[in-house]
Amino acid sequence: MTAANSPGLVAELKAPAFEPYYQPVGGEIALFEAAAARRLPVLLKGPTGCGKTRFVEYMAWKLKRPLVTVACHDDLTTADLLGRYLIVGNETVWMDGPLTAAVRAGAICYLDEIVEARKDTTVVIHPLADSRRVLTVDKRGELLQAPDDFMLVISYNPGYQSILKEIKPSTRQRFVAMEFDYPSAELETKIVVAEGGVDEALARKLVKLGELTRNLKGQGLDEGASTRLLVHAAQLVSAGRTPDEAATAAVARALTDDADMTQTLHDLVRAVF
Amino acid sequence: MTSSAPSSRRLFEHELQERLDVVLFASPSHRSIDRLARSLEPLTRCQQEKVLHWAGIATRTNAEIGYLLATLAPVAFEQLDDEGFDAWVIAGLDGYDRDGLRRATELLRDVAGFGAARNGLARVTYAEVEARLTRFIQGLSGRPLALRSIGSDSAAWTDTESLFLPERMAERPSVEGNRRLYQATAALLWAQTRYGTFNADIDAAITALPDRRLALDWLSLLEAVRLEARIADELPGLAREIIGLHDAWPDVLTPALPRLQAPQATVQDSLALLPGLVVRGNKPPKFTLVGTLDPTAARWVRADRIARETKVLRNALVALKGVGGRRQGGEAVLDIAPGDDGAPAVRVDGEVVALPPEAQAAAQSLVQDLGELPPEALTPAGPGGWLPTDKEGAGPDLINERDADWRYDEWDYHRGAYRKGWCHVYEMDVAPGAAAYVGEVSARYRTLINQIRRRFEAVRGEDRTLGRQPEGEEIDLDALVDAHIDRRSGIEPSPRLFCRRIRSERSMAAMFMVDMSGSTKGWVNDAEREALIMLCEAIEALGDDYAIYGFSGWTRTRCDIYRIKSFVDRYDETVRRRIAGIEAKDYTRMGVAIRHLTKLLAAQPVRHKLLVTLSDGRPDDFGDEYRGTYGIEDTRRALQEARRQGIRSYCVTIDRHGADYLKHMVGPAAYTVLDEVAKLPVKLADIYRRLTAN
Ligand SMILES: Nc1ncnc2c1ncn2[C@@H]1O[C@H](COP(=O)(O)OP(=O)(O)O)[C@@H](O)[C@H]1O
Ligand SMILES: [Mg+2]
Repeated sequence: MTAANSPGLVAELKAPAFEPYYQPVGGEIALFEAAAARRLPVLLKGPTGCGKTRFVEYMAWKLKRPLVTVACHDDLTTADLLGRYLIVGNETVWMDGPLTAAVRAGAICYLDEIVEARKDTTVVIHPLADSRRVLTVDKRGELLQAPDDFMLVISYNPGYQSILKEIKPSTRQRFVAMEFDYPSAELETKIVVAEGGVDEALARKLVKLGELTRNLKGQGLDEGASTRLLVHAAQLVSAGRTPDEAATAAVARALTDDADMTQTLHDLVRAVF
Repeated sequence: MTSSAPSSRRLFEHELQERLDVVLFASPSHRSIDRLARSLEPLTRCQQEKVLHWAGIATRTNAEIGYLLATLAPVAFEQLDDEGFDAWVIAGLDGYDRDGLRRATELLRDVAGFGAARNGLARVTYAEVEARLTRFIQGLSGRPLALRSIGSDSAAWTDTESLFLPERMAERPSVEGNRRLYQATAALLWAQTRYGTFNADIDAAITALPDRRLALDWLSLLEAVRLEARIADELPGLAREIIGLHDAWPDVLTPALPRLQAPQATVQDSLALLPGLVVRGNKPPKFTLVGTLDPTAARWVRADRIARETKVLRNALVALKGVGGRRQGGEAVLDIAPGDDGAPAVRVDGEVVALPPEAQAAAQSLVQDLGELPPEALTPAGPGGWLPTDKEGAGPDLINERDADWRYDEWDYHRGAYRKGWCHVYEMDVAPGAAAYVGEVSARYRTLINQIRRRFEAVRGEDRTLGRQPEGEEIDLDALVDAHIDRRSGIEPSPRLFCRRIRSERSMAAMFMVDMSGSTKGWVNDAEREALIMLCEAIEALGDDYAIYGFSGWTRTRCDIYRIKSFVDRYDETVRRRIAGIEAKDYTRMGVAIRHLTKLLAAQPVRHKLLVTLSDGRPDDFGDEYRGTYGIEDTRRALQEARRQGIRSYCVTIDRHGADYLKHMVGPAAYTVLDEVAKLPVKLADIYRRLTAN
């Protein structure tokens, strides 16, 4: 029962080769490093598109550890995380799932949008997320002790309003929680410049638009524009679209289907450009 | 629009004559082209070209009309703008196409009538723009601003909490133009609150000036110049629109422009320039979008707000410090420094902590009003730090003939404690309404109801596949592989090799709490009833457990809860007639209603419990005891109690003027404000679907 009969994944897991662009917004890097040093799992809370994924990519590079990302969804089964037997020719071969592979390799395993996963699935991470740091792979009768470099990171968007999609207290209380939000206007402008390839003046206007849409949260919009949407708009501009067109397509239409709200967003786009 | 004429010089009589000869080629020779040419000579080149252009087109249809419209053109240009002129010609030509020459001649000759009708068409009323404008202003401002209308001849103004706009605007020749005029006017008022027009004591500054009215008129104008430049920095698109909607600022202001438009200019610069203008005694020219100022009203509202926000901030600090009861025993060491972006940076025992959202909003609002946070706002409130104005009286105690069905405690924020058994609850059925009502509404909304049903069935239809079943419609490959392996290794394989699809178990119960207070009379009540019908149709499709109760009341001794559908009732004729019978009653004491319905909901044997409140404004009751902070704090408390019992709450509020108190009352991400009643029926079912999405 060693990794030798696990084809593929483990051999490929390497730390990121290039530094991802990441703009720090507060003490998050130091906090994450401290958690990593003490082998504590981390929960990233925050709205979608505010840089959580990017942050984890950056930390993997900084800590020189491989990164395994799993986008959770409601069909994600325990086997999808742990692994399963496959039949190859006349033989059965065990294939590690991403979580098992990450544990073996001492990687960072990032479970994105954990609430999307089925409740019974999240239970398998519990023994990994407390002081035991073990993973039980039932099917193989294997008990894996996580190496020091293994780190579990999960993300969660508290803006989801469905009561069926809350993170269970028994899960959340095992994690060091870090709160993410949209960066300040100053920093967000920098990000839009760097990621969107536009000049500072235009980035500033896009960030302004973001701020205006966030004022409408709960007043007809479920969420304001995320940093991601602003980056998208900037990228459309650097691909030759007019700012007006880009903001309408990447921001206004992405935020709502409601005709009245679309009109208001359009009024705001006009006001900004 | 014309093929020639790059120059803007007017055409002289002989030139016009030549062009007219060409254009009106078919015109009978007895007509006097000279006279016509002479009458067109005073028009601008642009107008002349327009006349020639249209006369040519019309002549091709009918020579008489071409000639007639050229003859009437000078009069028409007196009464209509360029767009209006085009519309007038087109109306005439349409008349010819439809009803012949007589009708066309009549139409064209009645220039005055056409102008009047056209202005009527272009006119925009406040009611037409309110919803869109409210959302726009909400987007611009972090701080909530309400919109209200005033007489159509009054100038727009703001007291820093509401924007007062004329009932009607008709100055621009087109609907779109007048809508933008509304938007520009509102934006300049918003800018007064955003860029500190009232951050100086204007009344004191102008007392020395001879004519107060004149001084305020000039100050409005100076501020408009300054604010337009401030807007241009942050929202250039909006500034361009505003500039496009007014004439050039008067010449007398030209020397002052650089000072007013400088980025660091404040209201003090406008005030400094004021005496020079007022002393000359000239009235400023009128600009519709500039509006007017009422510094006295604004000062009161502003002072009130500053006191209120200071209190919110200080209370939040107390809570952080632990005096408020968070930590028993030792107080934490609090270190507060004004941060650069408005929110104060707070450290508790050396650790940076975030202020709760309502305190952050209060801090930002204070910075907007004062330029910085005042030191008194940064000291935690002491015990008994409430201002005497907090005290509000109770309403009269009503005597009831029967004893209350239940009694509930109520949270008194003055004391920071519950008043025991304070509210008397009576539960009763809604008296049945017209039998035909639900049928009528369902018929009217049939398409919509079908849509909603389909969408909800789709939610329910998200079945789940159970693997490793002894029987089922599909083979479970995982299980089969395992069995294969087991057999090879000599272990007895499991016979559970199949998948079975099952309906996912939602285990959901929802309680809907419907406002039946007097303020819902009319439109809101209709919308509520319609919304409930859609909702029932939708939830029936899902199969979730649900109940609907109305609430209203008259003081703490008569809190009425109206049963519309209990958890055990089916959606049948009785329930339908009760929905039809929902009517506006008295007041909105929300806390007690939440407590009672929470109790009913908590007793349900399901995993997920949801309480949805539907109301049309803030909590309120007879007498001023419950009104304002008291009611909001009690409601907030009741919602927290529900949360502790594992109940999630969601508040839907219909409030055209926005609802600044909601964020505090219900906590973040747990409410929706609908600015238009008409949207409720569609939205409520949608909200429920989103809240319970798998
Ligand atoms: N702090 C940041 N530094 C660099 N890029 C960022 C940052 N925050 C947001 N972004 C940009 O926003 C996009 C979305 O961020 P992402 O990490 O995918 O969001 P999340 O995981 O929170 O949904 C990224 O692709 C990146 O372009
Ligand atoms: Mg992500």
